[in-house]
Amino acid sequence: MTAGQAEPMVKIRSLRKRFGAVEVLKGIDLDVPHGQVVCVVGPSGSGKSTLLRCVNRMETIDSGRIWVDGDLMGYAERGDRLHLLPPADLCRQRRPIGMVFQRFHLFPHRTAIENVMEGPITVLRTSRAEARRQAEELLERVGLADRADHYPAQLSGGQQQRVAIARSLAMRPKLMLFDEPTSALDPELVQEVLAVMRDLAATGMTMMVVTHEMGFAREVGDQLVFVDGGVIVERGNPREVLANPRNDRFRAFLGQVL
Amino acid sequence: MEVTPAGGAPGSQEGPAVEPPVELPIDAVRPPRPGRLIGAAVALLFLAWLAYTVIVNENLHWDVIVSFLGDGRILGGLWVTIQLTVLSMVIGLVLGVLAAVMQLSDSPVFRGTSALYTWFFRGTPLLVQLIFWFNIGLVFPSFGIGVPFGGPKLVEWQANELITPFTAALLGLAINEGAYMAEIVRAGIRSVDPGQREAAEALGMSHRQVLRRVVLPQAMRVIIPPTGNQFISMLKTTSMVSVIAGAELLTVAQRIYLGNFEVIAMLIVASIWYIVLTTIASVGQHFIEKRFERGHAALGARVRRNLRPFAKEPA
Ligand SMILES: Nc1ncnc2c1ncn2[C@@H]1O[C@H](COP(=O)(O)OP(=O)(O)OP(=O)(O)O)[C@@H](O)[C@H]1O
Ligand SMILES: [Mg+2]
Repeated sequence: MTAGQAEPMVKIRSLRKRFGAVEVLKGIDLDVPHGQVVCVVGPSGSGKSTLLRCVNRMETIDSGRIWVDGDLMGYAERGDRLHLLPPADLCRQRRPIGMVFQRFHLFPHRTAIENVMEGPITVLRTSRAEARRQAEELLERVGLADRADHYPAQLSGGQQQRVAIARSLAMRPKLMLFDEPTSALDPELVQEVLAVMRDLAATGMTMMVVTHEMGFAREVGDQLVFVDGGVIVERGNPREVLANPRNDRFRAFLGQVL
Repeated sequence: MEVTPAGGAPGSQEGPAVEPPVELPIDAVRPPRPGRLIGAAVALLFLAWLAYTVIVNENLHWDVIVSFLGDGRILGGLWVTIQLTVLSMVIGLVLGVLAAVMQLSDSPVFRGTSALYTWFFRGTPLLVQLIFWFNIGLVFPSFGIGVPFGGPKLVEWQANELITPFTAALLGLAINEGAYMAEIVRAGIRSVDPGQREAAEALGMSHRQVLRRVVLPQAMRVIIPPTGNQFISMLKTTSMVSVIAGAELLTVAQRIYLGNFEVIAMLIVASIWYIVLTTIASVGQHFIEKRFERGHAALGARVRRNLRPFAKEPA
């Protein structure tokens, strides 16, 4: 590691993940320092989503270790053995990790503001009044104060994704995971979501972003990681690696997406 | 190459102003449909004949039927029918949700228990189950709370006191209904996008919170229509309880005709009340379904938005 920063926000060591007979992640090592934005790129099926889902323990892992803010995900270390954490502790570990999905997954039976209030009320036991106040603030921040009482079905894709980001932020996360947040959007709606993410990065939020938006990676990313076949084949400063990619497969991949 | 604007094409828009569109009304003649006319005539004739034979038939005793429609005993039976229907549907729904959740759990023991339950109660006739519950005292003479597998008991009840026709009927109907509701609830839960569960889990919700706050409310749209059908069907199924003298509508009608021998008249009285109940339930079902069809969410939003100007008035 270069900087004098102590522990990174996310530390991944020798991560392996199998689905049945297929090994999807074949030994991933990755550090995400506090306040940095790491962009993960790679061809379809290379394991990018799986990598993110392992970080917040939506998937179990087959070997390796993942720490988030110094907390070993999914296990307690007692003596020289690992013990699987009970479900309540998994929920507690997930709480400070926000996740934004490609297809938004807003709760369709709740309005925009109710979506944002859901986490604090149900999980953090915040009072309704306080949750509403925070939610109004967050919707303001993503530019949707005037859409608070709309249901997801009444919002455009870009607006839905911004509500989804606000919903995650309502849990006061220390880490945000984005899984292709703009891939399901019409081209003219992509920028409004990227703008919100750019603002978020500027506040010092630590982010892992799976994306095909190389412009965003170049501009906002502190680190770019190219995953192919379940391993990281190229990594570095986005501006440098995009300007002169060393790996052949990365170069071929860039030829397709740029 | 130069692109010419559409309006500037030579000779196109040079005449007078645009003419108004020509009206072309359709006033077509229907082809003759003699088959339909004849069919309708036959059907009407048949209905008229049926009504005539029913009305003039002296064996039907319309005066008796009318006088017994509001009879106290009949109304009492009607009330028991309603109670049995509502209670067994409510208990059945709870059992169904429980069984469905167990069926979808990771634990093979839960899944197996749930599968055993639905397999057994859907695989045996309700009539047999009702008689069984009524006679459960023959198998288990007493019930108690205490140490299982033959240990000492803290409290104990005699089956004969506990099992009245009503409780036996309720047990039979509710437990049987639960087995069917389990399938309906399971289909409802399955219909919810798995992404919903993931989004809720990513917020740090527990399994139970995910189910209660996110999955079940959305599953309701799929669960409600068939549940309405089950309710309507249950109104009629309660008549089976007459085999254990459940004191509901059919039992009461039977008791009366054993005394006055007006068998057909009493059956018609009961049928009229069954039709009234199922009709009311069908109308209710229609309205509830309409509400849930119309994009449940969007409707609520529209109502609230329309009300807002009035709500915000005092400012
Ligand atoms: N739950 C699962 N069960 C079985 N296989 C899975 C599962 N989830 C993912 N996979 C497989 O793992 C591989 C990696 O999937 P993943 O979703 O991580 O890829 P990705 O890089 O995110 O691709 P994309 O760009 O298409 O989203 C794929 O081959 C996929 O079929
Ligand atoms: Mg993916």
